[in-house]
Amino acid sequence: MELFVQQVITGLATGGIYASIALAVVMIYQAIDHFNFSQGEMAMFSTFVAWQLIVWGVPFWIAFFLTVAVSFVAGLFLFRVILKPIHDGPALSQIVVFIGLLCIFNSLAGTLWDFTVKPFPSPFPEGNIGSSLVSGHDLGMIGVTLAMLLAVYVFFRFSTMGLLVRAAAQNPASARLCGVRILWVTALGWGLAAAIGAVAGMLVAHKVFLEPNMMYSIIVYGFAAAVVGGLDSPGGAVVGGFLVGVIDNLCGVFVPAGDELKLTFALVLIVAVLMFRPTGLFGKRVVKRV
Amino acid sequence: MALLEVRDLRAWYGHTHVLHGCDFTLEEGSVTAILGANGAGKTTLLRAVSGMIRRSGEIRFDGQRVDRFSCEDIVRLGVAHVPEGRGTFDRLSVEENLRVAATARRSNGDVKGDFERVYGYFPRLQQRKSQQAGTLSGGEQQMLAIGRALMLSPRLMLLDEPSFGLAPQITRDIFHILAEIARNASASMLLVEQNAAVALELADRAYLIETGRIVMSGTSDEFRADETVRRTYLGY
Ligand SMILES: Nc1ncnc2c1ncn2[C@@H]1O[C@H](COP(=O)(O)OP(=O)(O)O)[C@@H](O)[C@H]1O
Ligand SMILES: [Mg+2]
Repeated sequence: MELFVQQVITGLATGGIYASIALAVVMIYQAIDHFNFSQGEMAMFSTFVAWQLIVWGVPFWIAFFLTVAVSFVAGLFLFRVILKPIHDGPALSQIVVFIGLLCIFNSLAGTLWDFTVKPFPSPFPEGNIGSSLVSGHDLGMIGVTLAMLLAVYVFFRFSTMGLLVRAAAQNPASARLCGVRILWVTALGWGLAAAIGAVAGMLVAHKVFLEPNMMYSIIVYGFAAAVVGGLDSPGGAVVGGFLVGVIDNLCGVFVPAGDELKLTFALVLIVAVLMFRPTGLFGKRVVKRV
Repeated sequence: MALLEVRDLRAWYGHTHVLHGCDFTLEEGSVTAILGANGAGKTTLLRAVSGMIRRSGEIRFDGQRVDRFSCEDIVRLGVAHVPEGRGTFDRLSVEENLRVAATARRSNGDVKGDFERVYGYFPRLQQRKSQQAGTLSGGEQQMLAIGRALMLSPRLMLLDEPSFGLAPQITRDIFHILAEIARNASASMLLVEQNAAVALELADRAYLIETGRIVMSGTSDEFRADETVRRTYLGY
């Protein structure tokens, strides 16, 4: 029993990683109504920027917020410059561009900073708390994720800008007929998603070490968490993240040969949830009258 | 001076040429109907005026050339387009649908008063204000689409087949309210309809469009008196 509780807590700590990535996934989904496959690589690239600043001697928190700001602006321009021309093209063309961006960010990071693994500092106290397996960094990461969730929730639920982002994603033509400048609104969504991704990347990098491929498996779990929680529900995505983390961890410990099957369990979970609730656990069912 | 003045309006979908040079005007405070069979180009004409599609020609709104303006900018001048199929935001609540439009209005004035005005015209929207728009009935969605246009405090409303797919009683209700809005002189209207009888009752003037060309214009009375219009579009 004690082992079980301990493993659940460890799972929650890992889940914090997935939750923060899932939050960025939901953010972009709200802004463009589909996935951005290059999101993990964008987060990785932002993390390298932070690492570079820290290596140059910039204090952690200044580097942190500078990176968030730079990522926001970069996300905004990425949309205005590269994605705007194809934003109303077929979904498949956009996906091809996302995959192209993924490769570009990956090899650009490899070229600029090479593929060796680099340690990334944590702003939180080192070592485990008490006799638990939970480190100060784990707790800090969960705290930051919950704070971001709160901010995203307030943005979408109560701010006018958040409302416009949702409207522009759901029905761009109607949004324009309401006078919404949708290209700027969508660009804003990209900026915010890039900023959230940057925060997630900087938190993750301490645990998995920084290198251009650090997001490969994490992004799969992040997508899983977002889908399980519900793509239009920031809260659902965070719960989904913790859930995926816990289940993943329990499987690794309690199921024979579970360690190798971990990723499989995550994917089985996605399929199972979608079979019974196609909109995810917390996603709004779109009820349509016919 | 006319509120809307259109000369030689042409429009395309990709390479398909759909409008072949339309001329018409709309007086301030009037309701003008555009009649025509299915596929004649009525929807395209409204889309061309509000800048949703590629077009050429001269469009003057309140004397100002707007044919090179983007859709958003035309809306912000006070042209509210209630599109074909209503275009409500299905996953937003009724009230959120109205709030989206309230952000782009010409004057930032009395948003609260406009909510009251919309709910005054359509009490059912107020009863359902926190309900997801996708769950509304067809008639309620049409009311929401009109209400959303009113939140822009428009000078001109472009209405694309408000009767489409609605039961006759609901169509009557909606046209009563449109008449009331027109009477309160809050906005002029360019009304597109296949249901000619109901449209001519509301409109002062009308144009008839056939395969992308305007083939007839006149007052509503002249239209009702015309033999061909009566047989083809009014069915008696
Ligand atoms: N999105 C579109 N793409 C290509 N052709 C279209 C599109 N919408 C309408 N059309 C064509 O343009 C013509 C006019 O259509 P429309 O303006 O919708 O007619 P109406 O509203 O009078 O029924 C039709 O021949 C139709 O097939
Ligand atoms: Mg039509």
